[in-house]
Amino acid sequence: MLEQKAFLSGNEAVAAAVRLARPHVIAAYPITPQTTVIERLAEMVEEQSLKAEYLHVESEHSALSACIGASAVGARTFTASSSQGLLYMAECLHYASGGRFPVVMMNANRSLALPWNIYGDQRDSLSLLDCGWIQAYAEDAQESFDLIIQAYAIAEHPDVLTPMMINLDGFVITHTYELVSLPAQQDVDAFLPPFQTTNKMDLDHPMSLGFTAGPAFNQSFKQLQHLAMMAAVTVIDEVEARFRQFFGRHYPGLLETMHCNDAEFILVTLGSVAGTVRPVIEKLRSLGERVGFVRIRYMRPFPDAEIRKALAGSKAVGVLEKDISFGFEGTVFTNVNSALMRTKVVPPRLRNFIGGLGGKDIAAADIEQIFERMKSTDDGESVEFI
Amino acid sequence: MGNRTEKKISIRELSDREYFYGHKACPGCGGSLALRLALKVLGERSYAVVPAGCMSAVSFIFPQMAFTCNAIISTFPGTASMLSGVAAGARALGIKDFHAVGFAGDGGTADIGLQALSGAIDRHDKIIYICYDNEAYMNTGVQKSGLTPLGARTTTSPAGKRLRGAFTQKKPMFEIVAAHGIDYAATASVGYPMDYLRKLEYASRVEGTSYIHVFAPCPVGWGYETAETIALAKNAVDCGLWYLAEFSDGKFTLNHNPGEFSSLRDYLFGQSRFIHLQEEDVNTIISERDAKWANIHRAWRFS
Repeated sequence: MLEQKAFLSGNEAVAAAVRLARPHVIAAYPITPQTTVIERLAEMVEEQSLKAEYLHVESEHSALSACIGASAVGARTFTASSSQGLLYMAECLHYASGGRFPVVMMNANRSLALPWNIYGDQRDSLSLLDCGWIQAYAEDAQESFDLIIQAYAIAEHPDVLTPMMINLDGFVITHTYELVSLPAQQDVDAFLPPFQTTNKMDLDHPMSLGFTAGPAFNQSFKQLQHLAMMAAVTVIDEVEARFRQFFGRHYPGLLETMHCNDAEFILVTLGSVAGTVRPVIEKLRSLGERVGFVRIRYMRPFPDAEIRKALAGSKAVGVLEKDISFGFEGTVFTNVNSALMRTKVVPPRLRNFIGGLGGKDIAAADIEQIFERMKSTDDGESVEFI
Repeated sequence: MGNRTEKKISIRELSDREYFYGHKACPGCGGSLALRLALKVLGERSYAVVPAGCMSAVSFIFPQMAFTCNAIISTFPGTASMLSGVAAGARALGIKDFHAVGFAGDGGTADIGLQALSGAIDRHDKIIYICYDNEAYMNTGVQKSGLTPLGARTTTSPAGKRLRGAFTQKKPMFEIVAAHGIDYAATASVGYPMDYLRKLEYASRVEGTSYIHVFAPCPVGWGYETAETIALAKNAVDCGLWYLAEFSDGKFTLNHNPGEFSSLRDYLFGQSRFIHLQEEDVNTIISERDAKWANIHRAWRFS
């Protein structure tokens, strides 16, 4: 296998992966901190190292609308956005998933106005959990790269046909440089054959797409959409297994666990903050503390059974997330809690920690503090801001 | 630009095939006629993009589809951007000899779809964008749009004691797209079908963005007998409230000079949406019409 290593930012790793995935159409509108992805892609198209139609659209709404149009004739598509831009796409997000158009998008997780803030939290994508997209959260540049390649295989799978959003924490991943392994084009081509679909407008077999379905039929389409998303659970496993055969790197499916087997106190989180959590876990373990860690990789489909399995037997669970559903609690916490309620063995204490909003730093000391709070038996606040 | 040679369309050569048929549009619908005629010219290798609105509401009701060519509903603001995506996707896949054609209403064009249309024209994407203008949001029950004419009563521009219908003029969409330096733009009316067909045929050969703004009366929203659609669409041109023109190579051309206008009062008062207008309102409409035509005579070429 011909592989090379390059020192890339998360955004550059995404652009490199998109090139290797050979999309037919790229439509994008600039927003910080997504911009360097679409800048690199524009350069690749200019130098013809990527043969794609690059549409300079006038808004994010048009970016995704154009991708849906291209997908509707059977083209492979890519777009990228962030924050306000992702929200401006919101109508098209539901449209792409409802029409079963497997668009792949990178989202640079960023805070939402007001107040204005360009730094990373995850309120943008988490507020759109219900739009019918597969949502993955990367921890670093390599995983961002690998998820883009995998995303096309997952989203375009005939059992799935569902668009996929790869989330990178703004700046922390998008603008941080790491050594990234880049596979050779012929290996990616072998892993990822051209997009084939019957869900397209075909000049030889004309179709009407994007139609209306009234009360008698509508729910059936929505039910099929749900089943397709659930089918992605199996397809993600298959794609990761094949990815490992091709490229050697192994991914653990919808979530990753660390020391959960015998852990009394488990922290659940997602995205780049995992990089801060890992050494804290090792440190506390070396001090004899039975702590564990769960990193959610996919928020949709949600790792329902995996969460129950990972958290079984623990005394306390903390969910750390960079978002909040005002007036209640963090959305990730709600999801984790709901998964746990389906089992008879709910951990005695569940705590929700909200941090990193608008890019507020989460340091190793904060993580240690979180574990201290998890040991406490007081009822505390329903959510705790760190 | 492509082959600029004029090719005359004759009714005898017009295809017998129907690409928009069996739909549930109201009797006398001008918009559905605009679609039906356009697809007869553009043919089976067309991808029709239709946003939320009357024409999609009447033709894509699962499981009964009224288009016999490829067709898709776009988001309301997304006609032009989806067209661009369809065209780019087809081009990238090596598909040749196709038309990406959009059919959006007046609201879908002049209001919510204007931004995406501007983007597509700016890119000179090879798409054909047809605005069927029935002068209000008819699908949702006759609400005022940016192309509702002065004085027209709609459900959101009621004619009461204080206000007498819409108090703004139609946005000049033809001039707005022309100001972008669009490759080809035209106005048309379903009351002058030969002119409309010729413009469609021309648009089909343009290497860039084409925009055709076709005047399409709506008996339900305007309040007239369904049999009068064509007569009204013709009268609008003859009385000078609409005009048949083209824009290409940076120049405006008037295609049909009505000479002496027919009765504007007859046109207005044949429709219940204008029935409340008072003499001063009619005089305002006449003076605005005359100002428009003075500008046309001054600045445009005549074919």
